[in-house]
Amino acid sequence: MSNAFEPRIVVLCCNWCTYAGADLAGTSRMKYAPNVRLVRVMCSGRIDPAFVLRAFQDGADGVLIAGCHPGDCHYINGNLKTMRRYPALETMVQQFGIEPHRLRLEWISAAEGDRFVEVVNEMTEQVRALGPLAWKQRSAVADLSGSPHAG
Amino acid sequence: MGEEKKKLQLALYWAASCGGCDVAVLDVNEKILDIAAAADIRLWPIAMDYKYKDIEKWADGEIDVCLFNGAVRNSEQLHLARLLRQKSKVMVAFGACAAFGGIPGLANLHSRKTIFEAVYGYTASTVNPEGTTPQPTLKVPEGEVHLPDFFDDVYALHQVVPVEYFVPGCPPTPDTIMTAVNAIVTGNLPPVGSTIASNKSVCDDCKRKKSDKPKVEAFHRPQEIRIDPEICLLEQGLTCMGSATRGGCGALCPSVNMPCRGCYGPMPNSLDVGADALAAMTSIVDAGDEKTAREKAGALHDPLGTFYRFTLPVSMLRRAPKPVQGGGPPTL
Repeated sequence: MSNAFEPRIVVLCCNWCTYAGADLAGTSRMKYAPNVRLVRVMCSGRIDPAFVLRAFQDGADGVLIAGCHPGDCHYINGNLKTMRRYPALETMVQQFGIEPHRLRLEWISAAEGDRFVEVVNEMTEQVRALGPLAWKQRSAVADLSGSPHAG
Repeated sequence: MGEEKKKLQLALYWAASCGGCDVAVLDVNEKILDIAAAADIRLWPIAMDYKYKDIEKWADGEIDVCLFNGAVRNSEQLHLARLLRQKSKVMVAFGACAAFGGIPGLANLHSRKTIFEAVYGYTASTVNPEGTTPQPTLKVPEGEVHLPDFFDDVYALHQVVPVEYFVPGCPPTPDTIMTAVNAIVTGNLPPVGSTIASNKSVCDDCKRKKSDKPKVEAFHRPQEIRIDPEICLLEQGLTCMGSATRGGCGALCPSVNMPCRGCYGPMPNSLDVGADALAAMTSIVDAGDEKTAREKAGALHDPLGTFYRFTLPVSMLRRAPKPVQGGGPPTL
């Protein structure tokens, strides 16, 4: 087994468009990088910024948020909320020292299996080039709670 | 009855703090006399002299309540936190710094190395041609002298010793302090681990008018606009932390046209206060397309510093990876 770095990318995607798009890619037998872990939520508007932070904290090397194209939301405007939140989230994540290519927002419809493949492959290579995020190691805080008086 | 009740043994201590929490204790005004009547103040560095050995001489648990303010970021503060924990029956994280890391907690974006580079290197008021930085130990002809060791990280009090109660605020308001003191004096204490404040948000106490479908046209800083005294500050484009912040302060800042800065910390059961605030503030930006959303978000300066102003050490990500090299002086 090779020890080469394989990025772990968490895809937070909506049930109605992007997940269906990923499904289309699969049923069409398109090949894409096996580095993504899809987490399906009902709407991209459901994606609390805390989900993104948690993914990075728990070892994701990249996070892709994906939902219906603006105007196509199954719930009328859920994805618009994601769209409005994203720029500040992107800035904040970078302020935490996480490189820009590690977080991405894409609109992928149920008909765009090929787009899903393209985005996943591109992002996988970008994150591979950046190397592991290794948040827990790089942001480790010395544990000082082991005081003789604790407990 | 008949037997005189033993007075409450009270200690107040400060670590990485500005002194504002100690002054806030005096802000209870004449009620300080009630506190003095109910309690023996055994330690209060801002008001009375003390020596480490005085504290070391106390029996374990001799102090009933220790109100500890300030974050922990060096070895002396850690030592005192541990010592006072040992001597106190009840340890209270008093104020935003002790409870959440507070403003000093923003140093978690840096490391000891880069902080020293700035403070002893290139700030506008630094003259240090020899590049001297504090050393924990130094040999001089008379012997060895010691300075506290400065840590890479800033800690909230409960991250270094067990804490019974949290009293948030920068500083805690007199009402919050008296609620805490009364609970302690009467023995009518909430469950261990409680935060002595409201369980509702600052918005809940804020008297400003909120619309059913709020919208933010654009983000501003308070000095950039003429603030309407009646309408919700967020709807006027100010980055008000009220919706993501625990109440109990009586919404004092919003009542005087100052957007909430979040000093009472996260709401109960919040995953991450920054995520809460970011979601609440930016979801309602008046933008129908990505370009507009990006332009309008650009006016929200320093999202990390705004959303985690008092809470970075207790946030989900807690700190940034330790920078190995400082960015050098800012270019203006």
